[in-house]
Amino acid sequence: MADPTEPHTNEPARTADTTPARTGGAAPDGGKKEPGLLGQLFAPVAGFGVTFGTMFRKVPTQEYPEVKRPTATRYHGRHQLNRHPDGLEKCVGCELCAWACPADAIYVEGADNTDEARFSPGERYGRVYQINYLRCIFCGLCIEACPTRALTMTNEYEMADSERAPLIYEKHQLLAPLRPDMLTPPFPMAEGMEERDYYQGKVTGSTSGQRDYVEQREARRSEAEADAEARS
Amino acid sequence: MSLLTAYPEVMTSVPLVMEDFPAADFSDTPWWLSLFKAFLLFVYVMLSVVVVIWFERRVIGRMQQRPGPNRLGPLGILQTTADGIKLFLKEDVTPKGADRLMFYAAPLIVASLAFVSFAIIPMGGDVQMFGHTTPLQLTDTPVAVLLVLAVAGVSAYGFVLAGWSSGSTYPLLGGLRSTAMVISYEIAMGLSLVAVFLYAGSMSTSQIVEAQQQSTVLGIPLWYIVPLFFSFVVYVITMIGETNRLPFDLAEGEGELGGGFHTEYSSMKFGMFFLGEYINMFTVSALATTLFLGGWHAPWPLNVLFDGALDSGWWGLLWFTAKMWGFIFFYVWVRGSLPRVRYDQFMALGWKILIPLSLVWVVAVMLIRSAQEGYFGEGRWVTVLTLGGIGVFVLIGILLWDRYAQRRAAAREEAQEVPEEIDPFADGYPVPPMPGQRLVEPRPAVEQARPVTVAAGQRGGDDPGTARSTEEEKERRG
Repeated sequence: MADPTEPHTNEPARTADTTPARTGGAAPDGGKKEPGLLGQLFAPVAGFGVTFGTMFRKVPTQEYPEVKRPTATRYHGRHQLNRHPDGLEKCVGCELCAWACPADAIYVEGADNTDEARFSPGERYGRVYQINYLRCIFCGLCIEACPTRALTMTNEYEMADSERAPLIYEKHQLLAPLRPDMLTPPFPMAEGMEERDYYQGKVTGSTSGQRDYVEQREARRSEAEADAEARS
Repeated sequence: MSLLTAYPEVMTSVPLVMEDFPAADFSDTPWWLSLFKAFLLFVYVMLSVVVVIWFERRVIGRMQQRPGPNRLGPLGILQTTADGIKLFLKEDVTPKGADRLMFYAAPLIVASLAFVSFAIIPMGGDVQMFGHTTPLQLTDTPVAVLLVLAVAGVSAYGFVLAGWSSGSTYPLLGGLRSTAMVISYEIAMGLSLVAVFLYAGSMSTSQIVEAQQQSTVLGIPLWYIVPLFFSFVVYVITMIGETNRLPFDLAEGEGELGGGFHTEYSSMKFGMFFLGEYINMFTVSALATTLFLGGWHAPWPLNVLFDGALDSGWWGLLWFTAKMWGFIFFYVWVRGSLPRVRYDQFMALGWKILIPLSLVWVVAVMLIRSAQEGYFGEGRWVTVLTLGGIGVFVLIGILLWDRYAQRRAAAREEAQEVPEEIDPFADGYPVPPMPGQRLVEPRPAVEQARPVTVAAGQRGGDDPGTARSTEEEKERRG
């Protein structure tokens, strides 16, 4: 500011060479510009100006529970166990995520797929999958460790609870929801496909054979339920 | 009196031009109307307190770039109500070591006395109420302003008793601080009010308000904030000290005393202190409005508009409230801007700056008033000469003070000049060096730290008594 009362105005050369020096880093005289007469006069009460001016500035407070701001796109939130396009689970129960976890928050128990009950393509699937969100530090090492991209993270962060037990999330809570083209396991792999075809992206959705299988399975189950009800 | 009887010619020769301004007229106010007005006043004050707590938190919030309470009701206005309910429902703890009677009496004293002062504040002109013409003022006495000071002094008992009866250390310290603060700041406050009394010629609040309307410049009433600006500044500083508000809230400084005199209080007993503190804020603000800002009268362009219709009756309540809230905002602003001062700084400000300067100022005002009223003889030059005399006196004072300050600054600089080298153990205990100082290493330590070289066939040189001799030997050898 070109204040006529500034003490240095009678030395134009000096003010001229201090300006670039200040932008370049430390000024040679090591300080700020000398305040003008008015600035010096009101220096003791300058704080009042700061507080008064702040009253008219934008309040950055987020009204959180009412107004939810989206997180960053790669925010580390709750985990999700993904599925193949036909609905089979991607998790193969290898426990690499549990081994990678620095907080020991993940517990996995694998089991063999059988022809009667197939949950994932290939040999094994994760029968038990638990993540303890009281221990989880959301570091994402489990996601890096997962060889099948079964485990990823969502942007969901509202996981507070007043008890411990509900914060240990089970497999059914972590599994990705079924999309319209997906079926509920267990059901056999798509016809003519084998495990590697799933990873090469050759399976793009459930086939009619799979849909028939699931329909028959559901029909048998509802029959059995009706029987059980009639017997009781 | 003896002076006047000894020199009767003083009384006769001086024309007494001090006219009495019309005081509030209570002749048409029956007792039941006074009771009703007292009730209205109570409601007014209580509502103000409820609003001000919310107001303060909102404004402070904005000053810190956050919204402040915004949960309950529109803009969080019901927050105070919720806090009040919470205070009522909390457990009321009485410490074992407390003096029960005093412990109970103290908050009652503080809260009830806080209401008293408002009785003499004129909040408006004459209004019609139930067929009677009565001023918007509960009562007035010829020494009304002194009443406020007296009540403030007595309510200090509440703080002291609270601190003492708690039977605990920090409350005691807080209570003592509070006494010291009230005593030392009431002097300066009283002196600043003396100047007002000298100008108005009265201590009655309604007369002071009228007196401020009398002297005008181009139709602008010359409120006492203009001729008595210094008194106003002193009053504003002391009123913050009186009410224990930041930056002078030393009696309850959370950081130092864990809450001060009300540390041991809980539930509604604490609420009483809280209430009393906020009502006191209103009281001193209302008094400042009355004494320096023309009381309930409308500000300049409005008081002449519509033949003064906006300057009479119930309108007065509006102007009065607006002015009073101006002070309240200032309170909040100060709280948001300044940190708490140290206790000795606070006392130094009161005793070494405010009181002496107020004394000088009161003498100056007294001389000016005497000149204006003709006590120094007739003539248009008397006032000017008096002003000139005061000016010369002030100039001499400033010069003397400047010389004194320069000498002190020189002395301080001399004291701060540090020797190049100091012995850190000179006084028997280690002292870290000042910036720019170099430590003289203690000699024995240096010698012991030197690597000891023992030549073959020579006796061990690690005996501290022979350190010097081994050093000499070393020098001799190479």
